[in-house]
Amino acid sequence: MRRFLLTRLAQAVLQLFAVGTIVFLLVRLIPGDPARAALGEGATEEQVAQTRETMHLNDSFVSQFFGFWGRLFQGDLGTSLLSSRPVMQDLPDRLGNSLELVLVSLIIAVTLGVLLGRVAATRADKPADHALVAGSIFGISLPVFVVGTLLLMVFAFLVPILPPQRFTTPWQDPVAHLQILILPVVTLTAASCAVITRMTRAAMLETLSADYVRTARSKGLAEQRVIKDHALRTALLPVASATTVELTTLIGSTVLVETIFGWPGVSSLLMSAVGQRDYPVIQAVVLAVAAVVILVNLVGDLVVRALDPRAEEA
Amino acid sequence: MTGAAAESAAEQDGAAPEAVLCVERLSVDFRVAGEWTPAVRDVSFTVGRGEVVALVGESGSGKSVSSMSVLGLVAGSARHRGSIRFHDTELLGLGHEALREVRGKRIAMIFQEPMTALNPVYTIGRQIAEAIRCHEKISAAGARARAIELLTKVGIPEPERRVDSYPHQLSGGQRQRAMIAMAISGNPEVIIADEPTTALDVTVQAEILELLRGLRRDLGSAVLIITHDMGVVADVADRVVVMKEGEVVEEAPVGRLFAAPEHEYTRRLLAAVPKPPPPPAMPSLAGVPPLPGEAEPVAVTRPETAVGVPPPTGAWPAGEDTTLRVRDLEVEYPGRLGRKGFKAVHGVDLTIGKGEVLGLVGESGSGKSTIGRAVVGLARATAGSVEVCGTDVTGLSGRRLRAFRPTYSMVFQDPGASLNPRLSIGDSIAAPLLVNRRADRAAAHARVAELLEQVELPAHWAGRFPHELSGGQRQRVGIARALALEPELLIADEPTSALDVSVQATVLRLFRELQDRLGFACLFISHDLGVVELLAHEVAVLQNGRLVEHGPAREVLTNPRTEYTKRLVAAAPVPDPVQQAERRRLWREMAAA
Repeated sequence: MRRFLLTRLAQAVLQLFAVGTIVFLLVRLIPGDPARAALGEGATEEQVAQTRETMHLNDSFVSQFFGFWGRLFQGDLGTSLLSSRPVMQDLPDRLGNSLELVLVSLIIAVTLGVLLGRVAATRADKPADHALVAGSIFGISLPVFVVGTLLLMVFAFLVPILPPQRFTTPWQDPVAHLQILILPVVTLTAASCAVITRMTRAAMLETLSADYVRTARSKGLAEQRVIKDHALRTALLPVASATTVELTTLIGSTVLVETIFGWPGVSSLLMSAVGQRDYPVIQAVVLAVAAVVILVNLVGDLVVRALDPRAEEA
Repeated sequence: MTGAAAESAAEQDGAAPEAVLCVERLSVDFRVAGEWTPAVRDVSFTVGRGEVVALVGESGSGKSVSSMSVLGLVAGSARHRGSIRFHDTELLGLGHEALREVRGKRIAMIFQEPMTALNPVYTIGRQIAEAIRCHEKISAAGARARAIELLTKVGIPEPERRVDSYPHQLSGGQRQRAMIAMAISGNPEVIIADEPTTALDVTVQAEILELLRGLRRDLGSAVLIITHDMGVVADVADRVVVMKEGEVVEEAPVGRLFAAPEHEYTRRLLAAVPKPPPPPAMPSLAGVPPLPGEAEPVAVTRPETAVGVPPPTGAWPAGEDTTLRVRDLEVEYPGRLGRKGFKAVHGVDLTIGKGEVLGLVGESGSGKSTIGRAVVGLARATAGSVEVCGTDVTGLSGRRLRAFRPTYSMVFQDPGASLNPRLSIGDSIAAPLLVNRRADRAAAHARVAELLEQVELPAHWAGRFPHELSGGQRQRVGIARALALEPELLIADEPTSALDVSVQATVLRLFRELQDRLGFACLFISHDLGVVELLAHEVAVLQNGRLVEHGPAREVLTNPRTEYTKRLVAAAPVPDPVQQAERRRLWREMAAA
């Protein structure tokens, strides 16, 4: 396990380095002068010169590169060209808000998905299974923005039980926060939960007919124990791998969901930055999201590994 | 009283022991495509206290379904009729809770493949403890201590350490021992063992069967053993129930069944079994080494009576007619980044003359298949040379290797997996011809018809698909495909081990006839010494990737020189209870030595 952990950590570091380098190059690859591109047509020579200075565009390529990494290690992600505030001032809060959405959705999707998958598998080819399979197809096929918009229309306007509110943090007003959390989380959960339900169902249908499940029955174990301890436990291996992939999709969907529900996460920051060509902010957000994805994959791999003792020697 | 004496006493005891398990007129139907299809019809048999009853039959005979029905473990939508009584309790239709009381505690099961029958994500200790704790109120620590005790009883080395091992960390034999430990954890009155040794090497099989007899003796449990191997039957059973196509065709005490089988099917089944060589002469027993003439067996049925083909005769061709020459072959599978590789073959030398069959035997993991793969270039030789018809193939690659490949071909173990399910068998057989541009479509078509007739399949079957054929027929197709290019050398990797004995016998006969007629040289890889003796001129014995013995087949198998080969030969059970008892005695002495 230690060896695996070390290799995997080294890989993660390499991935982060690659992403950082791409982000660094991204700005430098813009045709013409990035500072002028950022400021637009009407900018004066003076403004352009000053922006070139803040973006360190006057240094040599090599020193720009090392400077970029050096500042990154000091936690300096640059200064927004629009607000002139350091990116680090806004990013953590925004990232926190986004991660809240993602993690809450993930926990619900996994719990519910595994539960429903188990129900479907143990009642295979019965009405409950048919209903769940049909429901999951529905959940998978509907795009996030359609679900989001529909939910918003129905519950915020037609039956206004969850009307749009100003964003409040959980420490300002937990109840209000919970209220505004519901719709975006439901939207995000729908698709992921459907995917995990189907994965669990398929994996369990396989493990339920496995020889070791028959062995467990032959020992005299109660059927519920057989299902939980033997069929479900081993079915979790493929489900855990799939969940890691699903989490990456979830992070992608968050961008849309945040926009639909006006959630102050990284995506609105990213959207406005892209619209205004605020390069330092774009760089910072891309880097942060990439770091999260890499971290998530690392944790996912470790979880899968911990669940399967056979992986130890492979 | 010694174990052997107790057993023979039990055998001679004329009165039938009190029946513990009584199956009466059991029928099991499966729902296939909306219709009830019978799998088992009116099956009746009993298992007496402390008795070993063997349920014998080929695949599809319903023996497993019958035994699974006892504990209600038949998968899917099955309909049971008749009666299965355990003492006075009717098990068919018993409620789930009541059935759980019987499962594991009073009737326990041992399954075929311990790798899949044990849960891969739990330690064996946990799985044994689970079996104990679902019938008994006992602390986790107490259950663990009992698990260690049980592992000691079934002869697992270092039980305190092994109790925390996962199934994949144990060898096949150890896994099956762990499975048995689990089965005996509740001191069951009946142990149902479903092909308990089929997945194991003969030497391990001998140990496991010995363990089962010991347990029967110590615990007094009755054993219902399901097997297709007549050698195993002769080794352990008191009474035999023969099943065919879902029905019982014969039931008799083991001695009578082998001496005077009544039913035609039983006779055929017994005749189909290739007989392993007689037990090796034991200098320790005889005192003096046997004279060459003494090695000639008297009681053992010779192979020719088994499949009606005389054994290989004649002298092997001289050196210059060598088809395959393997010199100092080493194969190492590379380890993952920065890790040591695994050396599967250590400096092996082999030669096969023109038209000669070399049997390559050894336990699983001994490197037999790796050598076969290295010869055809599927595994890379790390050192040494492999010359086929005078050309070193280890140095060939790409285009030149492809041009050379028609010189040899391969028959694989599982014909179901080695034929493309989407190609008709005619297309599969024609593929080597077309790929190597040896024939155009029309010529290939004619050749396919010819080949199909050679393997005794109707030529008009060319349009059929693998799933429409039985296992034996598929393997004939595999052989036809291998012969399409008239190879000089054929590599056959356990070609009959996936087949039933009666099917195996016909495939082996066909193989012998083709080899005689076409005269190809053959590297025949097998774990079954009976099969090897039947086909091979020479035998090479492998142990842990090293050649330990090599020589004319009959000599090696009847008069082995090395300990390893002796053990291998002694461990293979023969389908004859009297002889097998003698072999078992020899085996015990060898194991004790």
